[in-house]
Amino acid sequence: MTEQKHSVDTNLTAQRVRSGLARRYRLERWFKRFGIMAVALGLSFVLVLFASIGGNGYSAFHQGFVRLDIKLDEKVLDPAGSRNPEVIGKASYRTLVRNTLFDQFPEVTSRSDKRELTSLLSNGADFMVRDQVMASPELVGTTHSFWVPVDDEIDMLMKGYIDRNVPESDRRVSDRMIGWVDQLEQGGYLESRFNTLFFTNGDSRDAELAGVRGALAGSMLTLVVTLLLSFPIGVATAVYLEEMAPRNRITDFIEVNINNLAAVPSIVFGLLGLAVFINFFGMPRSAPLVGGLVLSLMTLPTIIISSRAALKAVPPSIRQAALAVGASPLQTIIHHVVPLALPGMLTGTIIGMAQALGETAPLLMIGMIAFIVDVPQGVTDPSTVLPVQIFLWADAPERAFVEKTSAAIMVLLGFLVLMNILAVFLRKRFETRW
Amino acid sequence: METDKLQQAGNPNVETASKKTKTTVPGHGDGSKGTVGDIKAADPVMSATDVNVYYGDKQAIRNISLEIGKNEVVAMIGPSGCGKSTFLRCFNRMNDTIEICRVEGDIRLDDEDIYDKNMDVVLLRARVGMVFQKPNPFPKSIYENVAYGPRIHGLTSNRTELDEVVQNSLEKAGLWEEVKDRLDQPGTGLSGGQQQRLCIARAIAVSPEVILMDEPCSALDPIATARIEDLIDELRKNYAIAIVTHSMQQAARVSQRTAYFHMGELIEVGATEQVFTNPRTKLTEDYITGRFG
Repeated sequence: MTEQKHSVDTNLTAQRVRSGLARRYRLERWFKRFGIMAVALGLSFVLVLFASIGGNGYSAFHQGFVRLDIKLDEKVLDPAGSRNPEVIGKASYRTLVRNTLFDQFPEVTSRSDKRELTSLLSNGADFMVRDQVMASPELVGTTHSFWVPVDDEIDMLMKGYIDRNVPESDRRVSDRMIGWVDQLEQGGYLESRFNTLFFTNGDSRDAELAGVRGALAGSMLTLVVTLLLSFPIGVATAVYLEEMAPRNRITDFIEVNINNLAAVPSIVFGLLGLAVFINFFGMPRSAPLVGGLVLSLMTLPTIIISSRAALKAVPPSIRQAALAVGASPLQTIIHHVVPLALPGMLTGTIIGMAQALGETAPLLMIGMIAFIVDVPQGVTDPSTVLPVQIFLWADAPERAFVEKTSAAIMVLLGFLVLMNILAVFLRKRFETRW
Repeated sequence: METDKLQQAGNPNVETASKKTKTTVPGHGDGSKGTVGDIKAADPVMSATDVNVYYGDKQAIRNISLEIGKNEVVAMIGPSGCGKSTFLRCFNRMNDTIEICRVEGDIRLDDEDIYDKNMDVVLLRARVGMVFQKPNPFPKSIYENVAYGPRIHGLTSNRTELDEVVQNSLEKAGLWEEVKDRLDQPGTGLSGGQQQRLCIARAIAVSPEVILMDEPCSALDPIATARIEDLIDELRKNYAIAIVTHSMQQAARVSQRTAYFHMGELIEVGATEQVFTNPRTKLTEDYITGRFG
């Protein structure tokens, strides 16, 4: 009797389970699909972003150059024949360059036409010729072919960003200039080359001369300052709070405050930096030193929180093992706990650094938004950083800065990728399995 | 006063259920009124007197006294949560690492109070080694695992001496033959039983006087367990050993004296053979016959 009842019951269980099974699996399938959709959506956004940046920016990596066969007249450049760089450097290359161009277009005679013709060339053309001649004085007295960049408007024309079908009055480049460009192009005088200037120059008002070198150097110097300050301080703080500090109200209070600091808007740190580092301590404006200090303040909570999490993840059995053989608390921490937590700490640090690299707002407050042409040589030189440079270029009215902006974003992303590769490498290097 | 009351309340069986002849035994421990049997060891290395341990407000150990003697293995048995591990950890002050834990009473190592202000914990732990329940080798090479203790204490002056200590310890722990060709490989790559023997080697590398073992075989299979038990018997020649175990067979096999803990009290202690064949209290009898616990 009871056995029969029991078997009925098991049947009932099986029935109920079976009737519900389809629904359970359906839910699972839906959840899976939803997950895949979410991932696909996210990926597509990233792809669209990359495609748009790449599409906008790739053309900035090459630049139109014009060939000028300049007769480097010894009488003009070095009348005394001393080959002294100082003498050679002082000569008027502007005249040389312009005359070469005028010789090429003898039909251009009027003053205004000549001005229009010279505007084909970049403003930096004469300086580039001069630098080249100064670097190799043996060129003096010969006729040498120089490739100098064209003006950014002409570059845009060459890249097809300026529509020739638009009426002349609505176009940045006149019909006559287009004619000259075509003439040069047919003669093989015009060429699109890899734009090394973009990587070797600092900022410039002339789009064709503007480069990211200054901003890149500024970013690196700032990050070095940030890393040197925030990593040791952050790790020391985390180790002390996690391993040594007694649990009481004061440490609880500190912990809450650190967590809150991580959520403070970054511009507040900029204001703090302006008030304390620049106004109170009198540090220089626009300097990577101050930028690094401000970004350290911003990065510290990230590093401390992730380092504490990494320390917490070290199994207590390792601490006990070390203590039980008679290691002092400090030896336990330094020999065992910190090495095991190091990969996590490094990951947190790199994430913090990546944040710092992309940070703009606090740096605006301390003057790193200034227009700075020179590449900074030290942490106290005025400089700007990549995100601020992007911001500045995005604001510039010239069409050529559109591609420069995207190209600078690509450089910034490349920098980030490098940092992440470094993080992965360091993780692998220091990882110990147990 | 309060502990006395608690003792009476929490341990009625000793007084009532067991026969009168069983409770009154000559040489009954001084101070620990609740304990039946002889807490004294023939040649004591460590002695605990009236130890009370509190976790915050909760009392985990009530008035326990026990001695650990030279060349003997003291087994501590009892149901889960009876405080045997807590008591064991008092001997090398591992309870210090638990913030809310408070230890009262007197524990002496060679007549030095280990809870005295002048007693250095680092020194104490160099003299009283410990092996844990779960094998916990450092994620370093086998060699580094064993060499760590001697190195931080500066026990050896050069590499040759250190090599000797490492080999010696591994030999004593019965692991040398298995690992001598791969000393540079990670200790965590060994099997569970090997790892535990590595931990024992690590503990004896600093030549302690006492070795505390907290359920050293509970994570191991029977074969590995048998090896560790043989090893414990071997180690007895040189060290005083206290072992906490859940396996009564193990206690019977390896120990000379057995202490039975119940609800934070030491109920009975005596020669292992006597405790297992002729327990003097009802509680002990119930536990070892498997009627509860």
